[in-house]
Amino acid sequence: MNTERIEHICVKIFADWNGANAEAAVPVFHRWIQEDACEELLIDVVEYLHVEGGPGVILVGHEANYSLDFAGNRPGILYNRKTAVGGRFSAKLTQAYEAAKGAAARLEKEPEFEGRVRFDPRSFAIIVNDRLLAPNTDDTWGALRPEIEQFVREFVGLSAFTLRRSEDPRERFAVEVRPA
Amino acid sequence: MKASNPYWKEALAERMPQKLAGEIDTFETDIALRKQGKIDERVFGETRLRRGAYGQRYDSGQRFDGRTVRKLTYPCGDLTKGPHTLWDAPGMQRIKVPFGRVTPEQLEVVAELAEEYSTGVAHVTTRQDFQLHFVHIEDTPSLMRRLAAVGVTTREACGNTVRNVTACPIAGVCRTQAFDVTPYAKALAYFLLGHPDTQEFGRKFKIAFSGCQDEACGLAQMHDIGAVAAIREVDGRPKRGFKLLVGGGLGTVPHQAKLFAEFIPEEELLPVAQAICRVFARLGEKKNRNTARLKFLVAKLGIEEFRRLVSEERAKLAPDARWTEYLKDIPGEDPPAEEPALIAIGSPANGEFERWKAFNVYRQRQSGFAAVTVTLPLGDISAAQLRALADIARRYGREDLRLTVEQNIVLRWVKEADLPALHAELKAAGLGEPGAGTITDITACPGTDTCKLGIASSRGLAAELRRRLFERDSNLDAAVRGLRIKISGCFNSCGHHHLADLGFYGVSRNKDAYTVPHFQVVIGGQWRGNGAAYGLAIGAVPSKRIPVVVDRFAELYRSGRMEGESFQAYVTRIGKAACKSAIEDLLEIPPHDEEPSYYSDWGDPREFTTGDRSTGEGAGMLVSRFDFRMAACEREVFDAQLQFDKGAVEQAASTALQAMLAAAAALLELEGVTVDAPERIVAEFRARLYDTQLFWDPFAHGKFGQYFFQAYAEARAQKTPERVRRLIEESQLFLEACYACRTRMAAAVKS
Repeated sequence: MNTERIEHICVKIFADWNGANAEAAVPVFHRWIQEDACEELLIDVVEYLHVEGGPGVILVGHEANYSLDFAGNRPGILYNRKTAVGGRFSAKLTQAYEAAKGAAARLEKEPEFEGRVRFDPRSFAIIVNDRLLAPNTDDTWGALRPEIEQFVREFVGLSAFTLRRSEDPRERFAVEVRPA
Repeated sequence: MKASNPYWKEALAERMPQKLAGEIDTFETDIALRKQGKIDERVFGETRLRRGAYGQRYDSGQRFDGRTVRKLTYPCGDLTKGPHTLWDAPGMQRIKVPFGRVTPEQLEVVAELAEEYSTGVAHVTTRQDFQLHFVHIEDTPSLMRRLAAVGVTTREACGNTVRNVTACPIAGVCRTQAFDVTPYAKALAYFLLGHPDTQEFGRKFKIAFSGCQDEACGLAQMHDIGAVAAIREVDGRPKRGFKLLVGGGLGTVPHQAKLFAEFIPEEELLPVAQAICRVFARLGEKKNRNTARLKFLVAKLGIEEFRRLVSEERAKLAPDARWTEYLKDIPGEDPPAEEPALIAIGSPANGEFERWKAFNVYRQRQSGFAAVTVTLPLGDISAAQLRALADIARRYGREDLRLTVEQNIVLRWVKEADLPALHAELKAAGLGEPGAGTITDITACPGTDTCKLGIASSRGLAAELRRRLFERDSNLDAAVRGLRIKISGCFNSCGHHHLADLGFYGVSRNKDAYTVPHFQVVIGGQWRGNGAAYGLAIGAVPSKRIPVVVDRFAELYRSGRMEGESFQAYVTRIGKAACKSAIEDLLEIPPHDEEPSYYSDWGDPREFTTGDRSTGEGAGMLVSRFDFRMAACEREVFDAQLQFDKGAVEQAASTALQAMLAAAAALLELEGVTVDAPERIVAEFRARLYDTQLFWDPFAHGKFGQYFFQAYAEARAQKTPERVRRLIEESQLFLEACYACRTRMAAAVKS
């Protein structure tokens, strides 16, 4: 498998939820548009909090979406890359991780969320949003595992960690990283 | 956009039907040619619509961010995919689901597409379609190929085509049906899909099937063709056929369908529908899209002449084997249940289960089986939920699910004994919400969330009403719980507001220098009887006060109804004047400095269309006078409704026209022209506001001005009650257009 062909890397950094009101992300994300808070061209805000375990509140952009995501009923900030980045898999993973981490840090500091939510950038999921180029198979796992492990060790700085891959073949290829 | 786009064609080559694959290849070539500037944007626009790829809000490349109007600078620059529609701007992809039937495998593919190309959510529409939002046009061929591989097409989901053929979601398992309409709906849907006789329409064309006359079923009354199952005795034997209705439709001004035939035998269904399509293609309006639906042709010709033309056309048709070949596969009676189902005796003592069972479970005509409605809040379902539902359908149903026009999903053939386990699994997937078909199960079109035409936030309002009603659900009066709320973001009725007990459609009003989101309150529509009666507007209320409107009517109905009285009967009994007086105090807009929240919409913190704000004291004073005059016009339209209800039809027509004339005069005054005589008002309005296109709606163009001209032209003509009813609707819409025009004029003054 040529891992360089793989694009659309998403990273979700999990949150420690401490009484925050998820709806508050709507005005916050509208502000981010006003303030050009992200590198991407930001377009609109969509709220799906009525969908249980759904995508929460999405800040829709052209190159990527940011969201306060509730998939699996686990809150987190998700960076969903839509356009191609190019280059090596590790570079794309780094780009997505940095974007998610930056958004998490920014959201934590917003008055609506300050003290009510904390993101642990050592606890996150990597999702490849393309079933054709990265099906959720053992082959993909075999090809990407060394690169992911290297990334977690060298970039995230975790010496001891666990990786858990989603098992349902219908789901996208996704790996959850946790400090050991 | 997607890195895998070049590879799906090959990956799915063996799995796609050849014809569908070829069509998608052609569309992909069109995309490439348009990108190179080799296809005109209008041609490409209609091409993509016919593939279900629709525009979405802000796709003109401008968006008000709450402070200023921002230009969205996309990588493809000014390249367009249709007039005023930027190439890179995200769009909506509609997925056609004939009669709403989906299989678990298809649900899984929709889940994949939602995740990979959209927001991770699929939306069920009021035409039993799926919609995905925020899709890039260059991803659509891959998306379509993946659908084609599981037998789904997006062809003719939008555009001037035969739209998704809808049908009762419990057809085949319904206890009151004449027979199962499913195979007929399927046959007609695929017969007309891509048929040469349906390619030259001036507007869209909608078909629905109902299994019975009295239930809501397929809402046959509001369709271009409504087919209601009927059985007639012929030569001593029961013969299947359909009562056929034509020329119905909601839209801006709703029309009840006309009876085309009390009974046409089943073998005539397809050829008669084909003949109707040919007459519509030949004689339907082509230039003015505002009068191009079949309902206008039927009204213009009269039903007798329309019947004659269709009959003549039918006689000319060359026989087609497809007209009847499907009939041989239709079982004459209910197929036997594959295995005797255990009938549940009692249920676990579980209040939550009982609440859910009370409204979400329908006992099938087949003993021991049930059809279960999976309630989807605002019609939305996540990818994970779609996969969970696919698993549940495989485990408990017969892999036959139906999307509904109330934006839910019905799972059929569930053994009654399995209901507790099924409920537990739905709940675990976040799909166990109770109250299907009740006041909490609100229908709402996309509105300002994503629709280009939306005026107010129908989904935002629906979410707020849901939240409030659920908080009080256990204390709700049983009759109040049974009410239906339906919301459209504009006058186009995608949320079916005309058919609700309490319907709302988005409008706006001005206060000082601000524009304020409002909803027109529409009461007394009838869902049952295939959408047998349409409600009428009684007043525009600021969006933020709509929850109070719901509370008021709920309380009025709870305390004032007679035993067994429906809401529609109650409203008729107390009269529209009493209904209006119940909300009169809510019509007022509080000043901005007292209630700034009224100046933004539900779920959207941005100040509502402040880009349209006008400035200057002079303009403000003029606006106040305009508002004062328009309030008088509103009263006149309402008076026209009351006169109509009392049977004073001619008087109602005259009052409605007076309201339009007064509104036009008020608008002319903003242009510095003061006129009183009707003929002068009409002439000046035409010259200064209509011909200059100042009055034109950005999307409906001159439609509302034409209502005014037509009303004036036929002022002295004899009118049927039906025509007068529409005239009253048109006068209300003309007033709305006057408000909108004033807002545009104010914005022009500012710039």
